Amino acid sequence: VTGARGQLWRLLGFAAAAFVIMTIATRGVLLTASNLESMAFQFPELALLSLAMMLAMLSGGIDLSIVSVANLSGIAAALTMTRVSAAHGGWPAAAIFGAGLAAALGCGLACGALNGVLIGVVGVPPILATLGTMEVFFGGALAWTHGQAVVGLPDWLQLVGNGSFAGAPIPLWVFLAAACVVAVLSSWTVFGIESRLVGANPLASWFSAIPVRSVLIRTYVASAGIASVTGVLMVARANSAKADYGTSYLLQSILVVVLGGVNPAGGTGRVFGVGVAVIALQALGSGFGLLHFSSFARELAWGAFLLVVMVANWWFDREQ
Amino acid sequence: VPIRHTLALLGIVVVVCVSIGAANPAFLSIGNVFDLVKSSVTLGILAVGLLVVLVSGGIDVSFPAIAAACMYVTCTLALRAAWLDHMVLLLAIAMTLGMALGCANAALISFFRLPALIVTLATASVIRGAVLEFVGTRNITNLPSAMIAFSRLSLWDRPTPGGDASGLTFSLAFLIAAAVLTAAILRGTVVGRGIYALGADASAAERVGFNLRRIHFVVYGLMGGLAGMAGLIHASTIRNANPKDLAGLELTVIAAAVIGGASLTGGRGGVAGTLLGVALLVIVTRSLLLVGVPPEWNAVVLGLLIIVSTTVTALQSRRHPTEGIR
Repeated sequence: VTGARGQLWRLLGFAAAAFVIMTIATRGVLLTASNLESMAFQFPELALLSLAMMLAMLSGGIDLSIVSVANLSGIAAALTMTRVSAAHGGWPAAAIFGAGLAAALGCGLACGALNGVLIGVVGVPPILATLGTMEVFFGGALAWTHGQAVVGLPDWLQLVGNGSFAGAPIPLWVFLAAACVVAVLSSWTVFGIESRLVGANPLASWFSAIPVRSVLIRTYVASAGIASVTGVLMVARANSAKADYGTSYLLQSILVVVLGGVNPAGGTGRVFGVGVAVIALQALGSGFGLLHFSSFARELAWGAFLLVVMVANWWFDREQ
Repeated sequence: VPIRHTLALLGIVVVVCVSIGAANPAFLSIGNVFDLVKSSVTLGILAVGLLVVLVSGGIDVSFPAIAAACMYVTCTLALRAAWLDHMVLLLAIAMTLGMALGCANAALISFFRLPALIVTLATASVIRGAVLEFVGTRNITNLPSAMIAFSRLSLWDRPTPGGDASGLTFSLAFLIAAAVLTAAILRGTVVGRGIYALGADASAAERVGFNLRRIHFVVYGLMGGLAGMAGLIHASTIRNANPKDLAGLELTVIAAAVIGGASLTGGRGGVAGTLLGVALLVIVTRSLLLVGVPPEWNAVVLGLLIIVSTTVTALQSRRHPTEGIR
C-alpha cells in the first residue's frame, strides 16, 4: 500500500500496536475506564494546537506562534473574567464566560491577522514571521502580567476544564467540535481547497487566479483562532493563566501533525490522521507513565516513534 | 550574501552601540564589553554551525539537544575517569560525540530523504530523552577541574579602576577558530562550494557532479561537532552542566543567522554576517536594562528585531507576490 492512503493505514497499524503493547505491558491498566478518562482530559490541548498547526502546514507554511497566541488569549480571557465578575457579580456564569471567550477570540484573531499580513502581504517566510511574532506575543503576555500567573478566577470555570458533559470530558467535546470544523473547513470549503492548493504550489495558484494573499491571511487567522480557544481551555483546566504555560506543546504539535500524515511541504493531510497520531502518542505517554518511567522516556519514545513511522513510509513508498 | 547587506548590518550594529553608549556610558566600559563577548561565544559558535546548514538548504533544530548531551556526557565521563581531566581531551570527546550525532541526522536526511526539520525535531527529542533517562538529570556543579581552569583563562587582562581585573574570556579564541575554519571551508574548498550549490539548486548540484550525500555528512557533522564544542564551553563558562540546558535556543540561533543574512531556502549566507547578527542580537537584548527598559520586554524586542529584519529582507528581494511563500 503506497501513497497517502498507505500512510494512513500504517499509522493506524502503529497506533494499534502502541495500544496493544502498552495494554499488555501495563496488564490492562491502560484500558481501564479511569485511565481512559484521564487520557481524554489530557490530550485535547495538544490535539487542538495540532489542528492549528495543521492548517498552517496545509498552506505550505508553519505557525510557531500558536502556543504564544494561546497563552496571550488565555490571559486576555482570564483578566476579562476576573474583572467582569468583580464589577458585575450578579451576571450569570455564561455571560461572564462569553465575555472572556470573546476577549480571547478577539486577541487571537488580531494575532492571526498580523501573522497573515506578514506572510501573505509582506512575503516573510512563515517560519521566520511566526518565530518573530511568537517572541512578541510571548513577551507581550509576560510584560502584561509581569511574569505572574493570573489567579482568582470564578469557581465555576473549573467545571468547564475538568467537568464532564453527556458522559465525556468537556475538553474532549471541544476537541471533537473543533476537529469537525477543521475537517469541513479544510476539505469541503473553497477556502480549504484554495489553502491546500497554495500549499501545493503557490506560483501555480497565483496564476490560477487564487487570491493567495487573502487565503494566507485567512489561514493564519483560522490557526490563531483555534489557538485562542485552546488558550481558554488551558485556563479552565489549570484555573490560572500564565505567559509561559505549555511551551513544550509547540514542537510536539509539529511532531503530531507530521506523524498524522500532513506533508510538511504543504498541500496534503487529513484531520483524521492527526487525530489518530495524537491519540497514539497519548497512549504511549500514558503507558510509560503507568509503568513509572519518567517523562524523559516519553520524550524519547515519541521521537523514536516519529522516526520509525517516517522510515516505514519511506520504505513502502521508495519505488515511486 | 551581497556585501551590501553585511555592511548595512555593520552600520546598524555601530549605530546601536553608539546610541546605547550615549544613553548610558556604562555600556561602553571594558567590563561590559567583555561581558557581552562572553555571553556571545556559545551563541556565536552555534550560529556559525547553523549557517552552514542553512546555506545547504537544510535546517537543524537538534543542535541545542546535541550540545547539552555532549556537555553532560563528557562531564559525567570526566568525573568518573580522572585521567580524562584535560581540556583538550574533553573537547575531543564532546566534539566527536557531537559529530557522531550530527552524522546520524545526516544519515536519516540523506538515506531516507526525510525533511531536515522533522528529522532533527525527532532526533532532538530522542537525544534529550535518552540523556535524561539513561545518563542523569541532576546538575553537575563540581565540574572537572580542567573546565574550571579553562573558565578562568583569559586572552587579555585589564585591571579596572575598582581593583579587580576583568579579563577577555579565552573561549573567544574558539569562536574565532570556528568562524575562520567555517569561512575557509565555505569559501575555499570544493565541498564548501558544493554546500552553496546544494542550497541553491539540489538537482543542478547533483548533475554537475557534487556528491550530495557527502555534503550532507559534512554539513550536519560540522554542526554537531561545533555544537559539542559550544556545549562544553557553555558549561565551563556558567560553571554548571545542566542536562536540561539550552532548550529553546534553536529558535534564537536561527534568528541570529537570519538577521545576519542567511536565507532559509538555502544558497545564501556568510560567516561575517552571521557574527554581526549574533552581535546585534546579544547587544540589543542584553542592554535593555542599561537604557531603562525592564528586562521583561526582552522577548518583545527580540521578536520585533526578527520581524523588522525579515520584513526588510522580504521587501528588498521581492520580485513576485508569491515569492517567500514556501
